[in-house]
Amino acid sequence: MSTPTYNVIGTRPIRHDGADKVTGRALYGADLQLARLVHGAILRSPHAHARILRIDTSKAEALPGVFAVVTAADFPPAPADKIVDFGEGDTLLSSLRGNILASGKVLYSGHAVAAVAAVNAHVAAEAAALIDVEYEVLPCVLTAPAAMAPGAPILHDHLPNGNIAETVRYEMGDLAAGFAQASLIVERELDTATVHQGYIEPQNATAFWSTDGRIQIWCSTQGSFVARDATAAVLDLPVSHVKVTPMEIGGGFGGKINVYLEPVAALLSKKAGRPVKLVMSRRDVFTGTGPTPGSRVRVKIGVNPEGKITAAQAWLAYEAGAYPGAMVVPGAMTVFACYDIENILIEGYDVVVNKPSTAAYRAPGAPNSALATETVLDEIAEKLGLDPLTLRLRNAAHEGTRRADGPRYKRIGCVEVLEAMQASPHYNAPLPGPHCGRGVAIGFWFNVGLPSSATLSVNADGTVNLIEGSTDIGGSRASLAMQAAEVLGLRAEDIHPTVVDTDSVGYTGVTGGSRTTFSTGLAVHDAAQLVIAQMKARAARLWAVDHVDFANGVFSANGNSLSFAELAAQLGATGGPVSCSATVNPKGVGGSFAGLITDLHVDPETGKTTVLRVTSVQDAGKAIHPAYVEGQMQGGTAQGLGWALNEEYFMDADGDMRNGSYLDYRMPTALDLPMIETIIVEVPNPGHPFGVRGVGEANIVPPLPSVANALYRATGKRLNRVPMNPATILGL
Amino acid sequence: MSAKVQVQTTINNEPVEFLCEPRQSLLECLRDIVGLTGAKEGCGDGNCGSCTVRLGDRIVTSCLVLGVEAAGQSITTVEGLAHGNTLHPLQKAFLENAALQCGICTPGFLIAADALLQKHPQPTEEQTRFWLANNLCRCTGYDKIIRAVQAAAHEINANSGAAQ
Repeated sequence: MSTPTYNVIGTRPIRHDGADKVTGRALYGADLQLARLVHGAILRSPHAHARILRIDTSKAEALPGVFAVVTAADFPPAPADKIVDFGEGDTLLSSLRGNILASGKVLYSGHAVAAVAAVNAHVAAEAAALIDVEYEVLPCVLTAPAAMAPGAPILHDHLPNGNIAETVRYEMGDLAAGFAQASLIVERELDTATVHQGYIEPQNATAFWSTDGRIQIWCSTQGSFVARDATAAVLDLPVSHVKVTPMEIGGGFGGKINVYLEPVAALLSKKAGRPVKLVMSRRDVFTGTGPTPGSRVRVKIGVNPEGKITAAQAWLAYEAGAYPGAMVVPGAMTVFACYDIENILIEGYDVVVNKPSTAAYRAPGAPNSALATETVLDEIAEKLGLDPLTLRLRNAAHEGTRRADGPRYKRIGCVEVLEAMQASPHYNAPLPGPHCGRGVAIGFWFNVGLPSSATLSVNADGTVNLIEGSTDIGGSRASLAMQAAEVLGLRAEDIHPTVVDTDSVGYTGVTGGSRTTFSTGLAVHDAAQLVIAQMKARAARLWAVDHVDFANGVFSANGNSLSFAELAAQLGATGGPVSCSATVNPKGVGGSFAGLITDLHVDPETGKTTVLRVTSVQDAGKAIHPAYVEGQMQGGTAQGLGWALNEEYFMDADGDMRNGSYLDYRMPTALDLPMIETIIVEVPNPGHPFGVRGVGEANIVPPLPSVANALYRATGKRLNRVPMNPATILGL
Repeated sequence: MSAKVQVQTTINNEPVEFLCEPRQSLLECLRDIVGLTGAKEGCGDGNCGSCTVRLGDRIVTSCLVLGVEAAGQSITTVEGLAHGNTLHPLQKAFLENAALQCGICTPGFLIAADALLQKHPQPTEEQTRFWLANNLCRCTGYDKIIRAVQAAAHEINANSGAAQ
């Protein structure tokens, strides 16, 4: 098959929202000003586990400047066992509500208990401090192994199996027979700490509950429709009563899918009769939103003398936090997803603990499990005397490989990623000196499909307006506009993309799951095809012909020709405007593999690690805007390096987070990182007309094991705990 | 609530007067009173750098400065970087180098990078990383930001060379 040539795809135009974002004009949620706006504050639990005996809001209500106070008692009544589903699977309404405003018990330090709206944020905070809550403090449990142990404090009475909320099991082939064929078996157990997505913009939401019963919400969300549907579910309203306007979003990485503030702002607005704005503090973000699970993962792999894996077994326990829903299922699905293995057993446990209810974080669940698999493989390669990439290539997943959770891969780029790593200048360069090590690892993440909608409207000047519902977290306006431009034969700057509210575009799923450029891109592509079909019909009418050709932005037939812009100017006279919409819901689509080569130096006295050089390799299928593909790879790598080396929730014995600020929760700064080299591999996704694979997530999977393997080469120590900070490295 | 204080300042080369409570941060005054929302609040304790503005001859995290402290001083925010409709070379370089993803940290980076280039017109990578270490970015891994600042330095120096 010949490689298609493109005019726009693969180029690096200036992003459409760029000027607003470098001049300070772009409006993020906290920037919103409205007439009669009042400001809210949330009162949070100081205890990790306690029964709420009494809440007295009278002093807060009496404070001058206070407009409203709400607690869980203000939710409309609903049966305790009511199930809600807004596209993310079944959830107990009581769990969804319980995390937004605690009822009966608080389950983590930072759990929201009550909220206040007042004339300004200072008065709101003063009022929140006047709310008197009487607690009966209960023993807390903070890690999955502890929560699974007999006699552990129980968080939820309704769970049938103590603190184990869900069990997942995938089995394939004959495990015992597979291990019997092995000449070498390595088994390791590794722990990871709770870490946060660390988006710089705190959660915020402004709501206005109108006298007609409709609610308007402006917020920072990865999915305006999910925010709408979740808010409606929490407040027991039809979805059509809620309109969500997504503001610009200051990072999310999975953490801005769940709703925390939206329903509370709405309840406050209903009482206050005014729009109410809630903005989290940084500590609220750390303690009151969803970090990613801490975990314990045990992996056992057997190989034959040639290095072919004969059997693989994994046991995973992930901390869900306060409510069920840890990312153990994707952790289990991805633990061996890079390899072609016949005999597999995977068991996973979703365990509730007295920490914030966890949320998605970039390839959620996968870094935790890949850490174990990829470090075990590194040890096997060393024992076999094989190059670690060669060992992986001998086992790499390919088209037709069956994953343990069921599906067989279509065309994938696992082998190509490994080959690109092996051929890279970095992998073939010498290490700079003593106490240095080089590590490699690879990882997989899905491209979730989910519905997307888009509308294209042709302007008389030959440009096209693109209306879409995917909140733009890192340049997706550009990657979508470029796909429209490619189909329409226009330049990227001829397309004007706008992200609109939930009343103004068809249902569109979250910006997450590496799906936006892929799935919304598909909707844009399909809408553009409809535009071309309609434009051809107009040209046919003009020229009185049956058939019109379209190529390179020019319509032609029988010696007649019109450019897109020339025909656009004649739409009024040929039947009126052209405006086309498309909706897609792709299933069983691609998926992306990524790899990371890490060189680092460890100071043997202090245990300080310096990352010297990294190269991130990823299969993008087809890179629409290579600069933003590189950006995703670099961003995921940086987050992964922080996770591997530094980041961690320090919880004291009472479950209080002791490092809930950016000073103490130390994310990588510009001074901590080297340049991040990138190699984009392009193995087209058969499920997309341009071959696009979503690239947002797979890149965060390799850093944990890549660093662990490099640290081994530098220090001779196989560490079993992330973060691999100086204390871990020195064994303190 | 305490009595409000009248503060006279110069913001982005224009005289600006505002009334604030003594407890209000400069960031709060800029955003909620003056209406300049380009500077962002990411942490409220001086650690993320998203609220970085120039105050007099130095850059500050405006969440850690009180509005009343700005009396009589000159302030530059991201809104004051461009000349009319012409982007500052740093703004242009950030766009051309794809040095932003979500964009929330960008205003702070631009102000900090501007201060860097005024002090060190041709900074090394190390100098650039050092000067920008108080500005957190969670999207980019900093690579493209460092490259953008170096590209802007090149352009500024080339233009000033051409002018001489």
